[in-house]
Amino acid sequence: MANNKDSFARTLFIVVGLCLVCSIFVSTAAVVLRPTQQENKLLDKQKYILEAANLIDTKSGNLSKADVLATYEKYVQARVIDLKTGEFVEGVDGNTFDQEKVSRDPKTSSKPENDIASIKRVPNQAVVYLIRDDAGAIKTVILPIKGYGLWSTMFAFLALDPDMNTVQSLVYYAFTGSGETPGLGGEVQNPKWMSLWHGKKLYDEQGNLAISVTKNPAVAASVHGVDALSGATLTSNGVQHSLTFWLGKEGFAAFIEKARNGGLS
Amino acid sequence: MSNANELKKVLTGPLISNNPIALQVLGVCSALAVTSKLETALVMTLALTAVTAFSNLFISMIRNHIPSSVRIIVQMAIIASLVIVVDQILRAYAYDVAKQLSVFVGLIITNCIVMGRAEAYAMKTPPMMSFMDGIGNGLGYGVILMSVGFVRELLGNGSLFGVEILSKVSDGGWYVPNGLLLLPPSAFFLIGILIWIIRTYKPEQVEAKG
Repeated sequence: MANNKDSFARTLFIVVGLCLVCSIFVSTAAVVLRPTQQENKLLDKQKYILEAANLIDTKSGNLSKADVLATYEKYVQARVIDLKTGEFVEGVDGNTFDQEKVSRDPKTSSKPENDIASIKRVPNQAVVYLIRDDAGAIKTVILPIKGYGLWSTMFAFLALDPDMNTVQSLVYYAFTGSGETPGLGGEVQNPKWMSLWHGKKLYDEQGNLAISVTKNPAVAASVHGVDALSGATLTSNGVQHSLTFWLGKEGFAAFIEKARNGGLS
Repeated sequence: MSNANELKKVLTGPLISNNPIALQVLGVCSALAVTSKLETALVMTLALTAVTAFSNLFISMIRNHIPSSVRIIVQMAIIASLVIVVDQILRAYAYDVAKQLSVFVGLIITNCIVMGRAEAYAMKTPPMMSFMDGIGNGLGYGVILMSVGFVRELLGNGSLFGVEILSKVSDGGWYVPNGLLLLPPSAFFLIGILIWIIRTYKPEQVEAKG
């Protein structure tokens, strides 16, 4: 009998049968759970958008799913824009627009000329989030940005006043892989550091990009400077590069120009 | 009667006297990584317990049919499938924790405890007992994880399960958090101290000097 159990045909049969059973098991789980997972991912993103717009406090915990969805629904409008012209693209729903997918497709993206933030490809179209107050006037514009830090690509929402110059907040919400070093680069998510961004101005009086993540205390104290993270030079550089790239002409520059001249409404 | 005794031994033995981390020093890698917070430690414990229990169960059910030439691969296939399913479930129902655990759920596949129990116990024991053995060892792993997590979160971050216990200086309190405890190496010290304590009370665990 023992001989029989170890025979070649028997071994093959057991192995193939086992693989079949395991793969059915795994794929069933993946298919059944996918909708819930995607919902979670979307909800997570919406939570951070609301946090960037200062509509909710994610740190306080007790946020029900329904609260997040209702608040998002009420105040946030996701619009797709053309990065070259800065015009709104009609007929594309910003909530279902998958910027990451679009960035990977050669037909809908291009290689940036000056890829300082190491993003590899820049999409032709991007999504922006417009936050309205109860009266319907735009109170915040949120630009999604990303860029390479030390270990990972860091995704953030940059929330601006409608003047497109004053920063309301910069919220890092996702990292590829295992993220930046906890305690050092990971401090981009530290509420204390994040609060430094509030009220900073992106551009100087001549309209040049002036925002700088800096180690120089005199600059950091100014309206254009933010104190760099100590012990995390490369992550801080990554933040600077992300901002420089996405606010530059390959990023949202055209849109910002339009918006400043009243193109938002 | 002997069955009940055996069951008790299988379930409670791994908690202290035959603990997979403290005595066998298996599964230390993930114990370093996920214990900076109690919440992640707890979820990791549950995930590992589920995987060990069910992999033991399934492997034991087909133990008489597994050809010995490919038994490790067969065990791995079962364990890997279970880990993927657990990972998917966590992402669907505990998204925030899954985000923090990131790769470590996937790494349960390589956790020595799971493989060790499958090879050493489930291959020669009936299914129900193997299942219990899996739960026992998962809990044994959990006991160490939770004790280490307790010390690390309390002294490193001044909180337990995210609830503030010692108010930190940075939030206007009096407690200066010990940053070392938030870094993985601190778990080495803590696990070392735990092993020392356990062996002081159970000298039979001390290996004979060569």
